Amino acid sequence: MQTAIKRIIFFAAIIAFWEIGSRLELWHPLIFPSLSSVFSALVEGFQDKTLIYDLIASFKRLAVGLTISLIIGTLIGILLGKSKTADETLGAVILALQSVPSIVWLPIAIMWFGLNEKAVIFVTILGGTFVMALNMRTGIKNVSPLYIKAAQTMGATGVDLFTRVIFPASIPYVVTGSRLAWAFAWRALMAGELLSTGPGLGYTLRYASDFGRMDIVIGVMIIIGAIGMIVDQFIFQRIEKSVIKKWGLES
Amino acid sequence: MFIEINDVNKQYNDKENRPVDVLKDINLSVEKGQFVSILGPSGCGKSTLLSIVAGLTKTTSGEIQIDGKTITKPGKDRGMVFQQAALFPWLTVMENVTFPLKKEMKKKDAEETALKYLQMVQLGKYISHYPHELSGGMQQRVAIARALAMNPETLLMDEPFGALDEQTRTRLHGQLENIWTETKKTILFVTHSISESIKLSDRIIVMGTKPGIILQDITVDIPRPREEHKKEMLEIEDHIMKYLKKEIDKVVSEELQYANSH
Ligand SMILES: Nc1ncnc2c1ncn2[C@@H]1O[C@H](COP(=O)(O)OP(=O)(O)O)[C@@H](O)[C@H]1O
Ligand SMILES: [Mg+2]
Repeated sequence: MQTAIKRIIFFAAIIAFWEIGSRLELWHPLIFPSLSSVFSALVEGFQDKTLIYDLIASFKRLAVGLTISLIIGTLIGILLGKSKTADETLGAVILALQSVPSIVWLPIAIMWFGLNEKAVIFVTILGGTFVMALNMRTGIKNVSPLYIKAAQTMGATGVDLFTRVIFPASIPYVVTGSRLAWAFAWRALMAGELLSTGPGLGYTLRYASDFGRMDIVIGVMIIIGAIGMIVDQFIFQRIEKSVIKKWGLES
Repeated sequence: MFIEINDVNKQYNDKENRPVDVLKDINLSVEKGQFVSILGPSGCGKSTLLSIVAGLTKTTSGEIQIDGKTITKPGKDRGMVFQQAALFPWLTVMENVTFPLKKEMKKKDAEETALKYLQMVQLGKYISHYPHELSGGMQQRVAIARALAMNPETLLMDEPFGALDEQTRTRLHGQLENIWTETKKTILFVTHSISESIKLSDRIIVMGTKPGIILQDITVDIPRPREEHKKEMLEIEDHIMKYLKKEIDKVVSEELQYANSH
């Protein structure tokens, strides 16, 4: 409760400063537009449905890209977790690739696929894959040996042991991996869209900037940030919390 | 004999990669249906011995036979209960107990069997709970039900009540005795508590440490329930204490040496 009150006061102060500052013309509206003009730009965008088309387009790419990255990431992670040789070779490469910002792949993607949908999705996939793979790997490596021993005394071996014990035991890491993959893929998607063709939130952001529409620029940035935060806090962190509790990992 | 442990030796490598004898020349025969405690100071190799019987650990030399068959890997003829309940947190109590039955039984039969053993440990009302919603003692009872559900001939228990408080432990001792009377399992029960071993078992194997050897094989023929025979229990306790004292002194002096040299 305390935190909520502090937050409300803090945001109220920022909003008040923003709006009053704009009205007193402490800064030029072209440099930073007033809150009310950002608000009306957003309302207009939703009324003429352009922002809705942008949202749908961005979410479509994200859904495809994130799904593929979660699948590939999980498979690579399982391989790294189960095979020492793969971990020592491919594992090192994945670790190195993870520190490459995914937008760096765009030039390659453009040469392979052209400046289109595929290139942006490719960058989104790369955004999520490596972090998912590394978390899946850690999850498998951290399965309590006690679970494995207990399962073996109950006759579980091989694939059965993996699907019924090792994989479910590493679910907390799958959830964390998915949360990070989502965050990375979202960032990669926005970066990709900034540099590609529309529709899409990132594309509209650049388009608005080219035409000097600062109200739309700020409005779209707020949407991007809000989506990122809402998905993280209200979907992933909730799942993560309940999984951590159920799996008995609370400290 | 039902269980035959023949000349079992086990070595582990220490930090400098030198082999250390953990178990030395272990020979032991156990009759079917006997409740045998393996008692010894911590570090003497009790868990290692039980793990070898379970088929989870290989011997360095020697072999173990159960019912004439040499043990090479874990099997459903031997149920194991660990010090930690080792329940799977993503499964309900019912799903945990049916875990070993999935392959050989229809769902309905598996659940009937599981329920029977859950009722035996008085947890019939908790079938849809998750492990994190249960106390330590309840979790351990679920683990016992899970081991029993496979209907193994042998029950291996590695300090199953070691992590529980005194009251809970006493209650579970009573339940385990009842289960044993009811099911007639052969039980190998590892403990470092002298009184626990006297309270529960027909026979106590006293082990010494560094290397792990069998010091004494004591038959406990005090009639049950044993609470009514405090005097006889104390006599046996004194007798075992004498043997173990030397061993415990050995451990303590080694630990002191270690502490002084670091
Ligand atoms: N996997 C292992 N590798 C090396 N040493 C081990 C291993 N497992 C057990 N030991 C050693 O073997 C000895 C006996 O261990 P354990 O069987 O757990 O004893 P207990 O159950 O009687 O306390 C200990 O000194 C322990 O350090
Ligand atoms: Mg032990």
